[in-house]
Amino acid sequence: MLSLDFLDDVRRMNKRQLYYQVLNFGMIVSSALMIWKGLMVITGSESPIVVVLSGSMEPAFHRGDLLFLTNRVDDPIRVGEIVVFRIEGREIPIVHRVLKIHEKQNGHIKFLTKGDNNAVDDRGLYKQGQHWLEKKDVVGRARGMQCSFCWDCSCWSIGSKKLASLPLEQCRSFCYRTFGVASGL
Amino acid sequence: MNTVLSRANSLFAFSLSVMAALTLGCFVTTAFKDRCVPVQLQVSRILLKNIEDFTGPRRRSDLGLLTFHITADLEKTFDWNVKQLFLYLSAEYSTKYNAVNQVVLWDKIVLRGDNPKLQVKDIKTKYFFFDDGNGLKGNPNVTLTLSWNVVPIAGILPLVTGSGHVSVPFPDAYDIMKTY
Repeated sequence: MLSLDFLDDVRRMNKRQLYYQVLNFGMIVSSALMIWKGLMVITGSESPIVVVLSGSMEPAFHRGDLLFLTNRVDDPIRVGEIVVFRIEGREIPIVHRVLKIHEKQNGHIKFLTKGDNNAVDDRGLYKQGQHWLEKKDVVGRARGMQCSFCWDCSCWSIGSKKLASLPLEQCRSFCYRTFGVASGL
Repeated sequence: MNTVLSRANSLFAFSLSVMAALTLGCFVTTAFKDRCVPVQLQVSRILLKNIEDFTGPRRRSDLGLLTFHITADLEKTFDWNVKQLFLYLSAEYSTKYNAVNQVVLWDKIVLRGDNPKLQVKDIKTKYFFFDDGNGLKGNPNVTLTLSWNVVPIAGILPLVTGSGHVSVPFPDAYDIMKTY
């Protein structure tokens, strides 16, 4: 069963080998961080990989699916695209589809979104008095996806949102900050 | 390989690698496929009204009410890596205030296994076709196209526009009848 042989190995190492192990570990961690930051630069998005949290885009995306985002600012937003956006005052971004766009001559775009599985558009979710979203609210656009095998991350099921338990909210914001998770409502 | 734990560990690692290879295979074999098919679109009726936009900014805006038909055979776009197609009919036009306007009028989800031959007749717009202002009145060119978002099991999410569109001019006068 679980034997603690590795502790004996550590005791047998001299200082130099110990430092080497620590450095090795540091290299692995920093390589992972470099890859993540490199992805952020290449895609232009602050969170290039997000996890879908809710069922508002079913049957396209289920809870637990991974989405790969890019955020090229010179690429104009068009209807039918799946955007990940953040509403002012809310921390967790939302993954929905663009329903309407109005773009002015100078390139300023305002657009409206709706979740595939929702009956109405997202105006009920936006800030009070806000009717449109703008480019600055966009975190990224979904360009690729990976169907997940872990359905129903029960820790983040939106159903519990109604209970509004404080630890759950903190857990969710922590997970968003560390892993980059996206919700839908 | 002499404990249950190490066996389970290598089995798990192996199955993960196999699944990753399968996923990559799924993605690579279907990434460069052409998913465009011909689409026939017809608009049978257009009505133009000017009412308060109750869906959003409460301002008098132009409302377009259309009845249309769509025929398309989407069989070619489905393969082993397609989970569903999200079809949407969008109207694109330009007005004095906005250079590009696009509004989704109707959408449909076609799952793999559903009938891929699309034939809808005499359907009305699913979403209200409000303009941002009064730009639909007398608009000479409103183009309707059917596009679809291919949702794969693993891979890219492309937006494909069907080949075949219809451009209609909008009437110069508002319809004052209460019925549609």
